[in-house]
Amino acid sequence: MTFVRAALATAGVLLATGFVRSPAPLPAQEAPAGKATYDRWCAGCHGADGAGGGPGAGTMLPRPRDFTTGRYQIRSTPSGALPTDADILAVILDGMPGTAMPGWRDRFSDGELRDLVAYLKTFSPFFESQPAPETLPIASAPSASEEALGEGRDFYEKIECNKCHGPTGRGNGPSAPTLEDDDDLPVRAADLTENWLFNGGGSVEEIHERLVTGLNGTPMPSFHDLIASEFMTEDQLWNVAHYVRSLAPEEPPRVSEVVRGARVEGELPASVDDEAWEVAERFYVPLVGQVVVEPRWFTPSVDGVWIQALHNGREVALRIVWHDPSRSPDPEWEEWRAKVVAIAEAGGETSDPAAAVSDTSGAAPDTTAPAAVTVAAHPPDALVVQFPRTIPDGMERPFFLMGDDREPVYLWRWENGRDGVEELLARGLARYEPLPGAEAGAVAAEVAYDDGEWRLMLRRPLDAGGVEGRLSFEAGRAIPFAVFAWDGSNGETDTRGSIGSWYFLYLDQPTASTVYVAPILATLLTAALGVVVVVRAQRRARNGAGR
Amino acid sequence: MKRSLEAMTMAVLFAALTACGGGGEEADTGGEVATDEEVGPAVSPDSAATVTGVVNFTGAAPAGEPIDMSEEPTCAEKHAEGPTRQTVVTGDGTLANVFVYVKDGLGSRTFPTSSEPVEIDQDGCEYHPRVLAIQANQPLVIKNSDGILHNINTQPTVNQGFNVSQPVSMETTKSFTSPEVMIPVKCDVHGWMEAFIGVQSHPYMAVTATDGSFRLENLPPGTYTIEAWHERYGTQTQTVTVGPQESGEVTFEYSADMAGRPVPMAEPIDLHDHGSEQPVAHAGR
Repeated sequence: MTFVRAALATAGVLLATGFVRSPAPLPAQEAPAGKATYDRWCAGCHGADGAGGGPGAGTMLPRPRDFTTGRYQIRSTPSGALPTDADILAVILDGMPGTAMPGWRDRFSDGELRDLVAYLKTFSPFFESQPAPETLPIASAPSASEEALGEGRDFYEKIECNKCHGPTGRGNGPSAPTLEDDDDLPVRAADLTENWLFNGGGSVEEIHERLVTGLNGTPMPSFHDLIASEFMTEDQLWNVAHYVRSLAPEEPPRVSEVVRGARVEGELPASVDDEAWEVAERFYVPLVGQVVVEPRWFTPSVDGVWIQALHNGREVALRIVWHDPSRSPDPEWEEWRAKVVAIAEAGGETSDPAAAVSDTSGAAPDTTAPAAVTVAAHPPDALVVQFPRTIPDGMERPFFLMGDDREPVYLWRWENGRDGVEELLARGLARYEPLPGAEAGAVAAEVAYDDGEWRLMLRRPLDAGGVEGRLSFEAGRAIPFAVFAWDGSNGETDTRGSIGSWYFLYLDQPTASTVYVAPILATLLTAALGVVVVVRAQRRARNGAGR
Repeated sequence: MKRSLEAMTMAVLFAALTACGGGGEEADTGGEVATDEEVGPAVSPDSAATVTGVVNFTGAAPAGEPIDMSEEPTCAEKHAEGPTRQTVVTGDGTLANVFVYVKDGLGSRTFPTSSEPVEIDQDGCEYHPRVLAIQANQPLVIKNSDGILHNINTQPTVNQGFNVSQPVSMETTKSFTSPEVMIPVKCDVHGWMEAFIGVQSHPYMAVTATDGSFRLENLPPGTYTIEAWHERYGTQTQTVTVGPQESGEVTFEYSADMAGRPVPMAEPIDLHDHGSEQPVAHAGR
């Protein structure tokens, strides 16, 4: 549950990244005071010795920070340097979105925080031996004009951000599958279109700081030297930050419990990239790793999907869009998959994650050695949309993880490389069974993948056609649904994948004719009354004048 | 492995620091960083000794693993016979890319830091040289002859590393402050790129060429532990005693069947070790 809690906590914390860093270092305090707080709240993941190998660490990717190395990702200081006290404090308060590290704002008193920061620093001898870290001076940001964004885009390519982050920032660059952190564990290139999940914050100032300082311990380098070497100006680096910021929406997506499907006249969109989808309202459904049923999954790839729905009174169509840097099974990602699976298999049994994957740091690995874990073939990407078998009258819904023996659920399951979509029943997570009486192709599907994005359109008649267990859609009712997603190249299949909770699909009812007539009547009536009043008043005025 | 090694290193460092209880700042950095007042007695020419030697190799060197450089045509075309990852480079019964250095025996002497820059180049999406020796605080010039994006991600344990980007042909100058054997260097854009940097506070170190030879000159007379480090075959040590103006010789013997031995990376450095006895793995001749 740690992950779910962390994911929820971080999602909330993200919105408030306006933490102001105090310029002066906090005064050092006695370490033991911080130790109590640390042992209680932090040691579970980071370990009592601060080396990042706590009991909860085994299944996490990325791993909890190893404080003994003095390497901190989020800093205001040069590449390789230690963080300032304020830098450490900011990460404690805001957490590391997209990882298991939650924000701890409001949890501790100022004194406790100060003690905790001081205690964390005692884990690394560098804080004693190295000069006090200094924040890099940063000139203020130029404004984000169209021109600035254009230049930022040029430099995004010139400094080859795309190599890892991909041409449009979806974390799918050619080097992305091979990235490893300093512990030789696989690490993702950030999806730059999801700034609400950026470690260190998603504002343009925070993005700029990451460009300037790099993220120690990760492949993300510092670009600061490029200014000194006159390859680019300070403003040009700022413009890269502006451009990166522009890849994400203005505001983080708001999660609404109800996905509305508008009613259209005539035919539903014929294809997944039909123009009609451009105007249909989009809803964001966040997903998290499946950590309820064994084997659990703490390192999910898909963290949310965008859903659109339309219907025409006869059929309903859903369009689901999500980012996935690999089109699995994807040979480019095979090594990544093997590493992630090996870590997951070893998870919890060892606090030495690097032992789970072959050590490429020093000795050349013996290439003839068998892989640590034998795993099934590279699974395909997959997605499931889950419904109850019938629209419930109250709030009672089947168990959200694909139902149970008592109350099965009705599913649409898509899998890359397989034609169409299966209609299934399930009595528990990944416990699929065929839907009796279902005719092949009843749910039409069309899918597209390009540049790290899947787009899937699913279409079915509203009416169940008399098949037992198949949901009949009805306009004007709250129809529960849930989404599950698997990234095969991340080793995801069956219970290892991303899950969502129940949401509602609401298909708009046809607008009753009275809706149109009533306003017109009201307008006419008002006008008529107005005329009467005016005429009477005039008559009275005339009479009065005559008197 | 690496993690526990790091943890151990840190434990040693931490213990040393704690025990030190406010000991000198110089000790804390782990390096006997030479400053004007601290420079030890210069080795006078009439007493300077030399240690020379060779690293031999028996058995068949493994063939290089092919590298898929199709993503980087600029680099791929620099490798006429197809790029390979060469962890073992041999001559005629000799081993190249071995870092050889005086591990022990210099006592508390300190030595001036050379201001002569040491260069590492990124050419054909490979580091040249693959293994290099540098003094603490000696300038390291990092060149990008490829003109495409490289990031230079150094991964020390004792030193503070850096990870900087070079998207075009350019030079960046950096340095390390403390002795460390070895500092791995990687480029995250090209996962196959790797180099190893050996850092010492003194100048008595070398990297073997294809003929396996090395030469440590201008040593004060004394008895030394010489260590050889190879990325695939691990470390060996020898002791040698040289008198004034004498020349000593050491030979290291590596063989193909030593593959798979643990290769120390970022050796723990005892901050209070000023020349105490070190265990000798292989007896000197």
